Amino acid sequence: MVDLYSRRRMANRIVVSLSIGAALLGITWLVLILGQLLIEGFGALSLAVFTEMTPPPGSTGGLRNAIFGTAVMTSIAILLGTPIGILAGTYLAEYGRESKLAMVVRFINDVLLSAPSIVIGLFIYEMMVIHMGHFSAWAGAVALAVIVIPVVLRTTEDMLNLVPTGLREAATALGAPRYFVIRRVAYKAARNGIVTGILLAVARISGETAPLLFTALNNQFWSTDLNAPMANLPVVIFQFALSPYEDWRKLAWVGALLITMAILAVNIGARALAGRKAS
Amino acid sequence: MTDVAAITPVSKERRIAASRWFAPSDRLFHGLTMGAAIAVLLLLGGVILALLQGSLPAFSKFGIDFIYTQAWSPARDNFGALAPISGTLITSFIAMLVAVPLSFGIAIFLTEICPMWLRRPIGTAIELLAGIPSIIYGIWGLFVFAPFMQRHVQPFLINTFSGVPVLENLFAGPPYGIGILTTSLILAIMVLPFITAVSRDVLETVPAVLKEAAYGLGCTTWEVARRVMLPYARAGVLGGVMLGLGRALGETMAVTFVIGNAHRIQASILSPGTTISATIANEFAEAMGATYTSSLMALGLILFLITFIVLAFARLMLLRMNQKAG
Repeated sequence: MVDLYSRRRMANRIVVSLSIGAALLGITWLVLILGQLLIEGFGALSLAVFTEMTPPPGSTGGLRNAIFGTAVMTSIAILLGTPIGILAGTYLAEYGRESKLAMVVRFINDVLLSAPSIVIGLFIYEMMVIHMGHFSAWAGAVALAVIVIPVVLRTTEDMLNLVPTGLREAATALGAPRYFVIRRVAYKAARNGIVTGILLAVARISGETAPLLFTALNNQFWSTDLNAPMANLPVVIFQFALSPYEDWRKLAWVGALLITMAILAVNIGARALAGRKAS
Repeated sequence: MTDVAAITPVSKERRIAASRWFAPSDRLFHGLTMGAAIAVLLLLGGVILALLQGSLPAFSKFGIDFIYTQAWSPARDNFGALAPISGTLITSFIAMLVAVPLSFGIAIFLTEICPMWLRRPIGTAIELLAGIPSIIYGIWGLFVFAPFMQRHVQPFLINTFSGVPVLENLFAGPPYGIGILTTSLILAIMVLPFITAVSRDVLETVPAVLKEAAYGLGCTTWEVARRVMLPYARAGVLGGVMLGLGRALGETMAVTFVIGNAHRIQASILSPGTTISATIANEFAEAMGATYTSSLMALGLILFLITFIVLAFARLMLLRMNQKAG
């Protein structure tokens, strides 16, 4: 018969080791994925990836058009989505605060923040692709912009809330009107945080595949026409990885590596920026 | 800060003239921000309306039967959503079964057991991993994990459980590699950093005094975690789990690579299946005919409604937690 004390200690020891085991297992698992990605990606990485177009099946080539397409659509999406996100975030933090409208918008935004991205793709298909009659880079960019808005809105509101009320009151006491206080005092104080939000949005959308599948589609050739389908890294990875051709699969790994590296770099940059503000 | 010295005296008239613009400008800016906020509401309304409009032909043709029939035949223009719906629910359920205990273990490890100097690096790594796009998990699943499952795990499961009632049917059939179980495990890895990050944040809000009081009474780490931290942070942890569930339900790319896209409901979780998101991703761009496209839209609508309910619940829980902390 084991006494209560040793039983409690035993239970504790079991749970602690399970917990350490979980941490080890989770981390090993994730390291395995990243390791494989590094090995396969760097193994196939070459200069041609950046200088040549996506190849037809069975021949070598690069990802130049896809990298370009992703860069273009991500930039347009950020340009479209950021102003709306920042303005709406400003409303929640500065004007709306605890009002009914602000509460509802906050809640809806949180839901949009984690809504399935493929549904956003369907939405843009119904709104744009059908009316335009064809797939286009514009549709892809707008779909991505819909994902940008909630991310930027959320961080903008959070960051504006961190600005001390005293700063605003000081400016108001000097006779500055509300909009002036917000634009020249609050935005200035929260600038790093807001930029962090935009960077997080860039990281979020540059790997999004699902909303592009039937908006921007894909394009095997070099195209700068925003009214035509445009190549982009995620969809190229998707198509190439599922193909039976060895060259295509290699390029899929390289593309995956490029996206992951870019996203990690942007995320780390965002953190560095946010950290600098805190200190 | 040099601005102060640079300001030149301005005449009274000009100051008065400038102040006339204050009220209108303020109203304009107020209106502008409010418009943007309302645009977010319209966005959600737009998504729902667009999906409703898109799925109308399917629902008017099949009626409510669409939700619980299994047929999926583009050739005969006959569609039912049961297979994708059940696939989505089953894969997410198994994924949560695996991911939730693991995430809790890691979260408790990070808040109570891990040495201080390791906490930040591991915590940061997990947050960074939560940002990796799902297509990476998908490609790894297809090239590395599915072959591994096919060669080692699935034959083992089939052999072990053959002859055991119920389980025999659950782990039956040839080892394809891809399929429900493989998908669920990939989903589990994907949502793991996510649930862990939220749970850790929530567990860290537990006041130190509460924990210290419990430790002072002689509680073990497990007892503190189980009887003090979890009850305090219950709403937040539940919110985190629901957030992870919302992600698993709507996840597309990680699933599409390894699910097998088979519109059949089978007892064995080793067999290929499909989910709502995988069906849409695989078939939408090539769908011919109004009924086919509309049926896929209807699937999207169903997925959106399911995730909306889950996410709304998650946010309510997290909101309650925030009020507690604030």
